[in-house]
This record gives sequence, C-alpha cells and structure tokens, in this order.
Amino acid sequence: MFACLHAPGNLTLLVECAAHFSPLIEETSTGTVVFDVRGLERMFGTVEQLAAAITRRTGVSANLALAANPDAAAHAARGFSGTTIVPTGRESAMLAPLPLYLLSGSPEFARNLDLWGIRTFGEFAALPPLGVAARLGEEGAHLQRLARGAGQRQLRPRVAPVVFREERELEDSIDLMESLLFLLSQMVRDVCERLRFYGRATNELRLRLKLERAPDHTATLCLPVPILNAKVLLKLLQLELNERPPRAPIERIHLELAPVEPRTAQHGLFFPPVPEPEKLEITLARIRGLVGAANVGAPEILDTYRPDAFRMRILTPSKETNLPLRPKLALRRFRPPRPAQVWCTDHGKPTRVFSRVGGGAVSACAGPWRGGGDWWTPEVWDRQEWDVEISSIGVFRLSRDCLRGLWLLDGNYD
Amino acid sequence: MIGATRLRGEQIPVKFGFREHTEETFPSIVGDIPRGALTEIAGPASSGRTSLLHSLLANMTSRQEFCALLDVENTFDPESAATAEVRLSQVLWVRCGGNAEHALKAADMLAQGGGFGLVAIDLGDTPEKVIRRIPLAAWFRLRHGVENTRTALIAVAQQIHARSCSALKIELSCQRTLWRGQLPGCFLHGLELAAQATRNHCAQKHTFTVRR
Repeated sequence: MFACLHAPGNLTLLVECAAHFSPLIEETSTGTVVFDVRGLERMFGTVEQLAAAITRRTGVSANLALAANPDAAAHAARGFSGTTIVPTGRESAMLAPLPLYLLSGSPEFARNLDLWGIRTFGEFAALPPLGVAARLGEEGAHLQRLARGAGQRQLRPRVAPVVFREERELEDSIDLMESLLFLLSQMVRDVCERLRFYGRATNELRLRLKLERAPDHTATLCLPVPILNAKVLLKLLQLELNERPPRAPIERIHLELAPVEPRTAQHGLFFPPVPEPEKLEITLARIRGLVGAANVGAPEILDTYRPDAFRMRILTPSKETNLPLRPKLALRRFRPPRPAQVWCTDHGKPTRVFSRVGGGAVSACAGPWRGGGDWWTPEVWDRQEWDVEISSIGVFRLSRDCLRGLWLLDGNYD
Repeated sequence: MIGATRLRGEQIPVKFGFREHTEETFPSIVGDIPRGALTEIAGPASSGRTSLLHSLLANMTSRQEFCALLDVENTFDPESAATAEVRLSQVLWVRCGGNAEHALKAADMLAQGGGFGLVAIDLGDTPEKVIRRIPLAAWFRLRHGVENTRTALIAVAQQIHARSCSALKIELSCQRTLWRGQLPGCFLHGLELAAQATRNHCAQKHTFTVRR
C-alpha cells in the first residue's frame, strides 16, 4: 500500500509529514509526495484509521490517496480532493472519471486522444490494448496501464545529501599540537571511512577551529587530485598547522571533506614513471613550508608582451611528445633587474656599463628594440632593449625604462 | 637522434669525439647524463650552462617525464625555456629566494619522493663563498638519495664543488660571441662554447655553438 499527499507549493511540509510514517519517500513532482505505508496496519489499524492519522499529521490542506501502487495513489491524490482510498482490484473503476491530462503524456499523445474524443481515464482504459499499442506505441501502452491503475514500478526514494563532516566539542580546550593531531586523526579516519563507504574521495578539506577568546582559525587544503588516504590527509593538515598554528586554545573542531569521484588511472607498462600524487602533495607541502607557497609550482607564461610575465600553476602532464630540435640560447633573469650606469654615444648606443654584477666597456651591442603596453592601466610600461657584450664579463640584456629614465640589466645570456 | 639528449639508466663510459662546430654537436657533449647519479655543470656567466640545462629539461619533458628545478637565485626564465621547447607544465619550479640550504633540502625531499626524471639545482648566480660552505656530506647525501633511482641529479654552479660525489663533471666556457650582420644593424646570434666533460678521471674536450 502506498500513500500520496498532494498540495501544490508545500513540498517541504509534505515531506516532513511523510517522514513520520515512512523512510521511503518519493518526491514525484512539486507538491506531490508518494510514500510506502506497507506494514503500518499493526500500528494504526485499518486503512481508514491510517488515512485519518496521516491527515491529522499533515499541517496543511492536502489531498490524500492510498492505493496498491504508487501511480494509482498519485493520480487519485491529484484528481480527487480530500481523502481517497482506492481498494485493491478496483483501481480502474475508481480512476475512471479522472481527466486525461493527469497522465502527463507527450503533447502528440494528448492531441491524438483529443482528436479521438477520449477525455477520461475510463474512456482511454476501455480502448483495446493492441490497437493502442499499434497506434500510439510504447508510450500509449504504458499510459493505458496507468489509466487502468495497473502500473507496476518501484518507488524512487529521495536520497538526502550526505555530508562528510565531523565536529567535536571539547570539554577542556586544548593548546598542544599533539593533542589536536590525535583528535584530528580520529576525525579524518572516520570521514575517510564514510567516503570509502559511498565510493567517494576528496579534493578539498576544510578545517575550522573555534578558539578561546579569539576569531575562528580556518584552513582549507585544495588538492590537485582526489585522495582517500587518511594518513596523507592528516600529514597535509599537520604541515598546514605547523606553518600556520592556531593563536589560542581550541574549544571546538569542525572538519569537512568535499566528496568527489575517486581518481581512476591505470598507467601503461611503457610510460615513464611519474611522481605518486599523494606522496608528491606531501613533498610539495613540505617545500612550501620551506620557501613559501607562492614560490612552488609549474610556470605558465601569460598572454602578454610584458617581459617576465608568468604565473604558477600545478604540475600537469603534457601531451606533446615531439623531441626538441636544437638547444637555444637561454637567458638568466635578474629578479629584480639590476640598476646600471650606462654611458652612451651621441646616437644613444651604450658604450660602457657599470652595475652590481660588474662593468666594463661594451665591445658589441645590438638594439634597440622598443616595447610597451598596458597604457590603459596604472602598470604602463615602455622600454628599449639592447643585447650588449661587456668585455670579460659576458653577454647581457640591457634595457632602458623610458618612463623613469632608468637603465637596468635584465639578465645574462647563458 | 639529432639535437636530443639521451639519458641512460646504466653507467656506460662514453667516448666523446670531437665534432665540427655545428649546432647539433651540443647535445652530444651530454649524450650520456647518468641517471641515479649527480652531474655537475660549471662555468662562468655566458658559458652556456643554462642553455645546456634547458636542453636537458626539454628532452626530459618531451618524454613526458616530470622535472624539478630548484632555483636558488630565482633566475629561471620561463619564456626562454619555452623557446627551447621545455614543457613548462611538467617542470616543478621552486624559487628558493637566495637560500642554498633550502634548495638542497628540497632536492633531498624530491629525490626521496621519487618519480622525477630530472632534479636540477641551479646555483649559477649564488656567491662562491656560500656554495663553499655546503659540506661534502650534503652532496653525498644527495647522491645517495638518487642512487638506484631513475632520477638524474644536476647541479649548476660557477665551479665544480661536489668533487668525488659527481659521476660526471661538465665545465663550460665561452670562446666568442656570435653576431649576425654588420654594425649598426647586427643581431646577437649565439655563443661559441667550449666544454670539458670529465668522467672517471677521463676528460674530453668539445667546442660547439648555441644559437638564439
């Protein structure tokens, strides 16, 4: 036996009411819920008594129908006002006066039946099934079964979104890292177990620590690959907390892991070995602790003519496999560029350069090459570049900042 | 395999031969950079150290291997590396802010972690007095870190420092700068370099050019 509650615009209340009677609740449409009430006779008595209990529990004015199958219950609740009990075996007769639009068929189906003069469930159910199947196809045959109240399907119960979260309220606040890590290890392990149960991994870990007489301490770890290893997550948390420890004793711990699809990768036998993602992430976290997070990553050149424009990204394998053709002359950049004193000829060509790197006469030079950009922003740049060979030191890239009138050594060709 | 650097797992003595002054001779100098061992590249400014390093990175990344560059003085130029066909997305660049100790620690961690085809420490612009303070034990530790792995460990500096720890030492120097065209409209064309590769106390000399 299935019960259906129908009250447009009150889905939350209907779900709340249905949850008192059954854990299997289907949200059929906005304003309609169907739930399984089989086996409740022992608790509530007859079907009529059960219906009365459901009506009492419903906080709003809603249509209620009880039937042997979910579709019959849903159609009865939508079509009849008040409480309707559809006796088993009499579904066809009970549903016969209902208008046909309740079947929710396709527009073509509705148009065809309208042209044939069929208006109700009863009229449609009376048509020969073979003829309906021949003319209206599979959809027609299925809807005719529903019109007869003979639908056979399982409920599609709604699944509450699973939250992978752990929270611990501490009786006494803790101020030792070891104690905190001990509690975190239990929490991380529990959440990872739950993730494993649901076939999920995580790529984001959020930790919020409520501190004593201080604002909350938060830490978010964004992982480049989904991970489900509690030890790795705990180690990453430990490295993060070592780098940025909480400033006051901790009263409450809140840990949340974002669920994602786990990583499925099978490496080929003949592919070169790559760093194991979990191990690499720990290594990178340690290195970030040494040199700072902004100084670790894979460089990506920005789409601009501005010199030395790049940003740091995460490591990703490249698909290109063509071998490099020949070595190219490389530049070693000075960051920041070294200020230089430059003597020039009347034509503006450098003849002598002195800087912190060294200095001397310019034995050969090439240039200038002018460049500029971003004139529409405060970071406007305008420069002239020269390649200069300074005797007994090396070959350098020399530039003149035309806006500030400064000479700079950008780098060394090496 | 013209213009490519071959990296082998086994330690095979290499017979370097003199070649003509063509651009293809450059990779043959480093034809057998050993994996699981330390290689030192030394030379003053404008001696081709960085070009050689970029060539190695380009070769490694073209084989879909990951590389790490521990840049002590923050001198790596991604644009110049991209010109040398280095796949930047496969290069882990660690900027150590002038701290050589951090670079050595990070190199040790990466060597222990495994999975990298090449780990390079760039000490090219680090003052000599700082590098001399690195104890030999630190180089030995690094060497042991990569032993029996497929990682080639490279150290770039102005002079040879690791001494017996390194399996291969490549010393570079600039012979002359190549300019194309007549003054005043000339261009920097490249560098003509000389290299001496020492392995098992056997030194071989080469000259070659790198071009822009």
